[in-house]
Amino acid sequence: MSIRDTVYAVFRQVAESQDRTLAPMTDDLRLTECGLDSLSFAIVVASLEDELNTDPFASSDGITFPNTLGDFVKLYERAPAPI
Amino acid sequence: MEASVAFSDLVNGATFFDRIGDLRNRAVLLATNDQLSTAIALIELDGLARRIVLCTPELTDEQLSSVAATAQTDAIVTHPTDKLMGHPFAIRSRMASRLLPGGGRSASDAASPTEWILLTSGTTGMPKLVVHSLESLAGALPRAPEDGHTRVWSTFYDIRRYGGLQIYLRAVRSASSLVLSNPSEPLHEFMARAAAAGVTHISGTPTHWRRALMAGPPRNFAPRYVRLSGEIADQAVLDGLRAAFPTATIAHAFASTEAGVGFDVNDGRAGFPAAFIDDVHSHAATGVDLKVSDNTLRIRSRRNALRYLGDASSPIMDGDGFVDTGDLVERLGDRYYFRGRHGGVINVGGLKVYPEEVEAVINADPRVRMSLVRARRNPITGAIVVADVMLADPQLFRDDPVGREQITMQLLKACRLSLPSHKVPTSLRLVDALPLTPTGKLLRPNA
Repeated sequence: MSIRDTVYAVFRQVAESQDRTLAPMTDDLRLTECGLDSLSFAIVVASLEDELNTDPFASSDGITFPNTLGDFVKLYERAPAPI
Repeated sequence: MEASVAFSDLVNGATFFDRIGDLRNRAVLLATNDQLSTAIALIELDGLARRIVLCTPELTDEQLSSVAATAQTDAIVTHPTDKLMGHPFAIRSRMASRLLPGGGRSASDAASPTEWILLTSGTTGMPKLVVHSLESLAGALPRAPEDGHTRVWSTFYDIRRYGGLQIYLRAVRSASSLVLSNPSEPLHEFMARAAAAGVTHISGTPTHWRRALMAGPPRNFAPRYVRLSGEIADQAVLDGLRAAFPTATIAHAFASTEAGVGFDVNDGRAGFPAAFIDDVHSHAATGVDLKVSDNTLRIRSRRNALRYLGDASSPIMDGDGFVDTGDLVERLGDRYYFRGRHGGVINVGGLKVYPEEVEAVINADPRVRMSLVRARRNPITGAIVVADVMLADPQLFRDDPVGREQITMQLLKACRLSLPSHKVPTSLRLVDALPLTPTGKLLRPNA
């Protein structure tokens, strides 16, 4: 599964378990309009850390907070591979 | 549709409560559905009621009863929004409130200053009641804009919670406009609305601000003063805000419902200067004493809460009048940094979670021996809640992954039924053992 697919799958799982309605997912989807609240995002990031063994937010070398779902996926695609 | 109220209407004695006179000298439970009616009611009740209990939103009926009983309230103000919209502004009671500039000229109708009772999370799931007065809450706030410029305040917070209440008080004391947030409004629309209203000063938690950065603040949104409080402000969010608002002052404040407002840091760096602790002269300037004992930060000021209400409450202050904030700090060179909470209180996006209250729900299942709920660090909300569970019978489901999955889901479902979402563990795993202290208590990690 590509990183993109993993991210999309986690978004769907978290939306379902948090009882939130996810907007149709595209690269342009603004994260603050996607239907998830802060807690859901927190869970998405934690789940992705478990699945992909990486937390791109942890290395704060001037990270730009992602605006869209596409930006969010790129953040994970660009993160250095786990050791 | 936007609703607004002009200060001039309130100073001249307008009220939308027909029976406001009946509330004189009473202990009033204030539990309306929305922030605007609360904002108005506070102004009208201060100086009139003996005690105001400011209820936070989303309390259960059980919690409301418990709060009303502990505070011994004998009146309740509750005001559905649709009544607010249709109700004409009626008349004309003498304004004894000291909240507004120029208020309180007439002799106060209440025998002594109104007690303000605020709610904060407790270990049992029932809120703790903290006694304040207008002096302790707002005494240090400036009465008029110091630099003479108009200020328009706003906050992501609900003003019925301590962080939002501080902003409400700042605005009202200086008769500045205040733009209230709306929980159902998308963040970028809120910021667009704030920009259109000319908001100059805005406050929120680091979690609110991370989401605001993700939303991308509108180009015309240019506050002069960006404030963070309620959680540890890390360097990443401070840097993100500096980049988004290059001309603003970025300040992070340390405050709690019990300790009051401790201090502000405006140098753009996380933590606070060691001089705040070391320099005895800073007390004279700010009225706030800081010290570090057992690695936690202690605060003493006139703005401390006076006490807790309720039988089983412990004193808020130690013998010297210091409140233990429960926040662990570590000194590195000329600076102190926040390292997390003592005793394992978990802060999820500014909302407190006591491990014990979640463990109580999990432990209620007869198949569970004990559980340990702790924080897992998280870049979005600071922390999230996770749980480790020891079953009463270690052999149960040992070789049965389906059974293990099932009981995990059942325990999480029980949590969802009795707890608000931020308190529900985001993951729950079955373990063979939990670490104990030599005295047999659960060994809780600090952070």
